[in-house]
Amino acid sequence: MTTKKRVPAIEGWFTLDDAAPRLLGSRCKSCGAVFFPREDSFCRNPACAGREFEEVALGRRGRLWSATDNRYAPPAPYVSKDPFEPYAIAAVELEDEKMVVLGQVVPGIAARDLEVGQPMELVLGTLYEDAENEYLVWKWSPERGRS
Amino acid sequence: MEVAILGVGMHPWGKWGRNFIEYGVKAAQDALADAGLEWRDVQYVAGGDTIRNGYPGYVAAASFAQALGWNGAQVASSYGACATGAQAVSVARAQILAGLCDVALVVGADTTPKGFFAPTGGGDRTKDPDWLRFRLLGATNPVYFGLYARRRMDLFGATQEDFAQVKIKNSRHGLANPNARYRKLYTAEEIAASPVVSDPLRLLEICATSDGGAALVLSSLEFARKRGAKPVTIAAVSTVTPRYPNVVIEMPNFATDAAVGTGVAVPDVPFRDSIAKTAYEQAGVGPEDLSLAEVYDLSSALELDWYENIGLCKPGDAEKLLRAGDTALGGRVPVNTSGGLSCFGEAIPAQAIAQVCELTWQLRGQAGERQVKDAKLGIAVNQGLFGHGSAVLVKR
Repeated sequence: MTTKKRVPAIEGWFTLDDAAPRLLGSRCKSCGAVFFPREDSFCRNPACAGREFEEVALGRRGRLWSATDNRYAPPAPYVSKDPFEPYAIAAVELEDEKMVVLGQVVPGIAARDLEVGQPMELVLGTLYEDAENEYLVWKWSPERGRS
Repeated sequence: MEVAILGVGMHPWGKWGRNFIEYGVKAAQDALADAGLEWRDVQYVAGGDTIRNGYPGYVAAASFAQALGWNGAQVASSYGACATGAQAVSVARAQILAGLCDVALVVGADTTPKGFFAPTGGGDRTKDPDWLRFRLLGATNPVYFGLYARRRMDLFGATQEDFAQVKIKNSRHGLANPNARYRKLYTAEEIAASPVVSDPLRLLEICATSDGGAALVLSSLEFARKRGAKPVTIAAVSTVTPRYPNVVIEMPNFATDAAVGTGVAVPDVPFRDSIAKTAYEQAGVGPEDLSLAEVYDLSSALELDWYENIGLCKPGDAEKLLRAGDTALGGRVPVNTSGGLSCFGEAIPAQAIAQVCELTWQLRGQAGERQVKDAKLGIAVNQGLFGHGSAVLVKR
């Protein structure tokens, strides 16, 4: 059996560093506003006319804002496993940017295992696979050793 | 800055599977009959668009005008997701207040597919957050409702029993509403037995997608006065957007704005609170003046959020209001006397208009078994994805 190629499910949204992946956003060079997903054309701060942005790797730690489960398969374009396996989705407020970011939760953890305010960290996980590739996406995981 | 509501009309909600234009025309004809006016009297048609019915849905006002028989009226078609109806009301109201027309017809109608709403249109759209949220997260609409609901549980001690009680209350309200799709009194046992869709929300607590149509005939106060009518009026319309930085996660987004980094302070009034607040300020009233409210219960738990967002109580106290019966018929300020989305399901472009129909019937004293005694002021609130606030104040 050959090993599948690991590719991001979307280009340029996160780094492929297995040990410590980071979400990639952009920062307005004029006012410092940070955006994820990245904004590269116009600054969305209404007090800023900035047009230039730099890439920024967001902090990978945060605290749970809330979580829920998907107990039924979402419609396309989601690519579901067959049979579908329920999974949790978390909203996590990043410690550094104070921005709430959604992500799937690592397998095996349900919403009711999580509590608002608990520390979470960003990891890489599999979104779906086809014959050649394993498509990767960022996921949230409870952070070990911190409360 | 008021306009008169001369007539209201609805096509019953259901899963009828017919052309949305039929529902809109039926609602429009009922509204005209209610107003005692003819279609030829209408100078302006404001249509609420539907995005799931092809091209005629994107030009809804013209589609309805053609079906009613071209009469040369001017038209405008609007879209604002769930807030579409308020957009159409806002357009018609502005035309009347500007003195550009005396009589305007507002119509919204929808025919919906079964199951979860999915992104419209085909192809891989990697710049469209509504496509991407399904692709990368599987974040259906109920996922967002589930996030809000679980946060209420952890922050405020809300329970699944509280959420079920919202459903039970609304199902009781909707029993006597001939336009409601679900007219059945649910029990706590039935709700607890329905499957969890997006934890903690169960199937019976998440609004269905429905077919339906609703219409209003609006006029200037002067036109109404000349006809000798003392109509119910629209006292305010709010279609506000959020203010930056918006730090509450909302459909269909992946992330909020960052709360730090620019020196721009997070707004004192969060977006969802600003929707009703803007309407209150326009009309010079406050939440203490309300006789009733129609709020967007996309989920049972979301109704509780709205109690706080429209100022019925402070954050964290919604469950107390519910448990005390304050928001049930006969209580201090009944919420969703129509039965709400719980009994209707959602027919997107018609829903905000249907909320105004309910307030109108209530304020005229025509709501039958679900009548709120001596109702004087009502608010209809709602929120459309991509940043659309929607609030309409109706008074007599």
